[in-house]
Amino acid sequence: MKAFTYERATSPAAAAAAVAGRPGAKFLAGGTNLLDLMKLEIETPTHLVDVQDLKFDRIDATADGGLRVGAFVSNTALSADPRVMRDYAVLTRAIQAGASGQLRNKATTAGNLLQRTRCPYFYDTNQPCNKRSPGSGCAAIGGYSRQLAVIGTSDQCIATYPGDMAVALRVLDASVETIDPKGAVRTIPLADFHRLPGKSPEIDTVLAPGELITAVTLPRPLGGRHVYRKVRDRASYAFALVSVAAVIQPDGTGRVAFGGVAPRPWRSPAADAALPHGGAAVVAQAFAGAKPTRDNAFKLPLATRTLAAALTPARTA
Amino acid sequence: MKFDTPAGPNPIDRMKVVGQPHDRVDGPLKVTGTAPYAYERHAVAPGALYGFILGAAIAKGRIAAIDTRRADAAPGVKAVVSYLNAGPLGKGGKNTAKLLAGPEVDHYHQAVAIVVADTFEQARAAARLIDVDYVRGSGAFDLAAAAPTAPLTGGSSKEGSAAPKLDRVGDFESAFAAAPVTLDATYTTPDEAHAMMEPFATIAAWDGDRLTVWTSNQMINWAHEDLAKTLGFAPDKLRVDSPFIGGGFGGKLFLRADAVMAALGAKAAGRPVKVAMTRPMMFNNATHRPATIQRIRLGAERSGKLTAIAHEATSGDLPGGSPETATSQTKLLYAAPNRLIGQRLAVLDLPEGNAMRAPGEASGLMALEIAMDEMAEKLGLDPVEFRIVNDTQVDPEKPGRQFSQRQLVRCLREGAERFGWRARDAQPGRRRDGDTLIGLGVATAFRNNINMKSGARVRLGGDGVVTVETDMTDIGTGSYTVIAQTAAEMMGVGLDRVVVRLGDSDFPTSSGSGGQWGGNSSTSGVYAACVKLREAVAQRLGLDPAACDFADGEVRSGGRGVALTSAARDGELVADDTMTYGTLGKQYQQSTFGAHFVEVGVDAYTGEIRVRRMLAVCAAGRILNPKTARSQVIGAMTMGVGGALMEELVVDTRFGFFVNHDLAGYEVPVHADIPHQEVVFLDEADDKVSPMKAKGVGELGLCGVGAAVANAAYNATGVRIRDYPLTLDKHLDRLPEVGAMRRA
Repeated sequence: MKAFTYERATSPAAAAAAVAGRPGAKFLAGGTNLLDLMKLEIETPTHLVDVQDLKFDRIDATADGGLRVGAFVSNTALSADPRVMRDYAVLTRAIQAGASGQLRNKATTAGNLLQRTRCPYFYDTNQPCNKRSPGSGCAAIGGYSRQLAVIGTSDQCIATYPGDMAVALRVLDASVETIDPKGAVRTIPLADFHRLPGKSPEIDTVLAPGELITAVTLPRPLGGRHVYRKVRDRASYAFALVSVAAVIQPDGTGRVAFGGVAPRPWRSPAADAALPHGGAAVVAQAFAGAKPTRDNAFKLPLATRTLAAALTPARTA
Repeated sequence: MKFDTPAGPNPIDRMKVVGQPHDRVDGPLKVTGTAPYAYERHAVAPGALYGFILGAAIAKGRIAAIDTRRADAAPGVKAVVSYLNAGPLGKGGKNTAKLLAGPEVDHYHQAVAIVVADTFEQARAAARLIDVDYVRGSGAFDLAAAAPTAPLTGGSSKEGSAAPKLDRVGDFESAFAAAPVTLDATYTTPDEAHAMMEPFATIAAWDGDRLTVWTSNQMINWAHEDLAKTLGFAPDKLRVDSPFIGGGFGGKLFLRADAVMAALGAKAAGRPVKVAMTRPMMFNNATHRPATIQRIRLGAERSGKLTAIAHEATSGDLPGGSPETATSQTKLLYAAPNRLIGQRLAVLDLPEGNAMRAPGEASGLMALEIAMDEMAEKLGLDPVEFRIVNDTQVDPEKPGRQFSQRQLVRCLREGAERFGWRARDAQPGRRRDGDTLIGLGVATAFRNNINMKSGARVRLGGDGVVTVETDMTDIGTGSYTVIAQTAAEMMGVGLDRVVVRLGDSDFPTSSGSGGQWGGNSSTSGVYAACVKLREAVAQRLGLDPAACDFADGEVRSGGRGVALTSAARDGELVADDTMTYGTLGKQYQQSTFGAHFVEVGVDAYTGEIRVRRMLAVCAAGRILNPKTARSQVIGAMTMGVGGALMEELVVDTRFGFFVNHDLAGYEVPVHADIPHQEVVFLDEADDKVSPMKAKGVGELGLCGVGAAVANAAYNATGVRIRDYPLTLDKHLDRLPEVGAMRRA
């Protein structure tokens, strides 16, 4: 860990300005990912702006019948909110499929969106990694890639977005609200929030320097049957090989997003439209153009089968 | 005392204390967080500095230059030690690779330097400022590529016995060719990590030319010998102390870099230094269970009698290293007149391969016991019956040599009865519970018993307290407890009158903990010392030792009883002895046996395999403490589930290192993976092994579990997986289609 300076922000705009004004500055919320990465010198911020005193810790109803989730609502609180459990069960199930109880107590809604990849080469600073050290190369390409992405990759990076919560938010068409150093707010659809790696895999999201997440909004409830099915090598406390978030209506239409397969939660309108035609049709649409490696080619048939499980009414979890 | 004839009746047979399910005597310390582990022993060396080890960034090659100027100048830094300024260093006799690199680098994350600073954070940050210029060399990292040209070896795994290069009995080739039913299959097991909870950790302090290390090590004597050898000084100036150990599984059998680097750092800084290895460094810096490729050929008559058994295993290690002796159980487990056993060792430049819990048998049974399941199916025999048909009561290579005790058949029969084996459908893929495919599997457990000479000192104080001192270690196994029970039984006192002190090289040399020898061997050493103490007591009281009975705090002889404490009224009595072994281990094959039964559920959609029920029936001599023994076995069963379903150190064959080197990447079972586990111990006492009539059990519990899981998975799906771990990608494409894949 490199030496860094630290301050506690007293207002959102001041926090945004503090980060925007200093190269190498970062926000600190729950710290469940950032502090680990700092200890390994994968992240080396020079200054931390701790935002925990900003009281974005409420979940409020919105005028159009949805919910506005404060950026620092803990994963535990969000997943256990009765309105979320009732109207957005896919979100509760996704959050509870991730990490551990202790981590979910500490992890925040905004921080969860910003967690970085778990690619093992990203974690080993002796190895080339364009996401960690731009221009150094990608050791994962041609290396061990069983956990890594099958679609949305580039010749610079094949890392996977590792989270669960965002996959559910994607299927719910959630949005991210932010404030910038000038106090301007904007709303970013979750669909646009995470970037594909392209030629700059070091940039995970569309957030501008200093732009602070203040809330995540959920549109009005969709009804239907909510499923989050996470497939992994052990029964708990592991990242997804493939996950499926789906909301299925009684007439067989619905929405589906995949986790563990791409640099961001993966969803396409064509795949949604194929839902009445069954899992294989959805996967054919969703994964058109996929470029799996020898290690992770199994994720495509696994996605088909996992979706089949999700579409079978007897299974709801 | 020398154990060279079968044990007759002795005080242990009373089993008033031994054999009882006593709670761990160290339990309260453990659960209150007050058992001092190596890194937490703040009081032994106040004001210790912190050391941080820098590991090599390449797997094979040379250090061209090390520039420590930036690290030297970093805040709080007191010393930086690398091969350039460490002085001449030797290599421990039990280490394959040197523990400090330079100029050659032998494997990834081999220690290159230690930074010593006022705080841990300063040391860690400064370690990143050391500029090392490496010249990458070419190395061999791919076992599958190296296997075809790997030479035969007769080496041992450092924890077992050496074997001749190629074992032949009868004429395997002819018998195999003539057999009406045959199997020829190849199985693989991956590299595995010990992944014990407590990392390698040491506090080192010099006092003039004397050195003390407070560390975490299973074998005090080996660590003592090899640290002195590495540092090049007289063993009598070194003390190694390791009273509490947070798991080892063989990873802490040997001297490791934490102790060497702490000693070097403390010398350079002139102050005590404490070092703990970070988790991401442990996987490549230290040892691991080597991967194996195993070819098994079985030939049988239609009756099920095996006529030919061949087992050839290949593993790799650094130059001068040793093989994973995966064939060792096959020499002894099943009868067949024609046999061929071969072990090959490739040179690989991966981190050092070495013993991990049940080295040899754990990997070997993962393969052999799938082969037995496959063969049973070919023969149309029940897998339990097939094993029973091929049981042997003699060493199949030397039929004149009997097993000291062998109740494998009883383990299998009793296990089948208790587990409800009859409910198993011999036709795989037919039992379902909703969307879950259900399968049952069985495998034999087998692990040789090893006795190690072991010493202890026993004191009887004027207060009547019996104190045992030995350098034996407790790696979470229950050594404190079974040693206390042994001394209590021998001296006829309650457990509350016994104090056990372990892990200090100033105490008599013991067996240490490894190879499941610790429980039986160390208590036998305590038995020997107690026999001497009983003689001293009798003599002090003017009694005939042979006629004395020690019970209820009294020494009884000829109808009268004297308080034991009275013997020490005029001064403490001390006795010291070491148990050594004669040739009974050669005359009789001493092994431990068991049967594992497993039920798995396989998700019909995703192919995820999860264990639903487990049972182990064990025959391992006298069980010294059913509670700590059960803990050993259920822990071993858990490790077996990990090996079966998820554990794998993934080799990057380009760069030569284990890629998934943290506990997020190297998955071990979590609570949700482990269902109800049942353990049954047969009521045994093996008089040919030791006066305790006990054998090891801590490794037996692991042996065969992986194959039992694999066989259950096959029974569930009808798809055979021969490569561990059994992750879903290995059978997904062969699982039956599920309906909703086509239609919602």
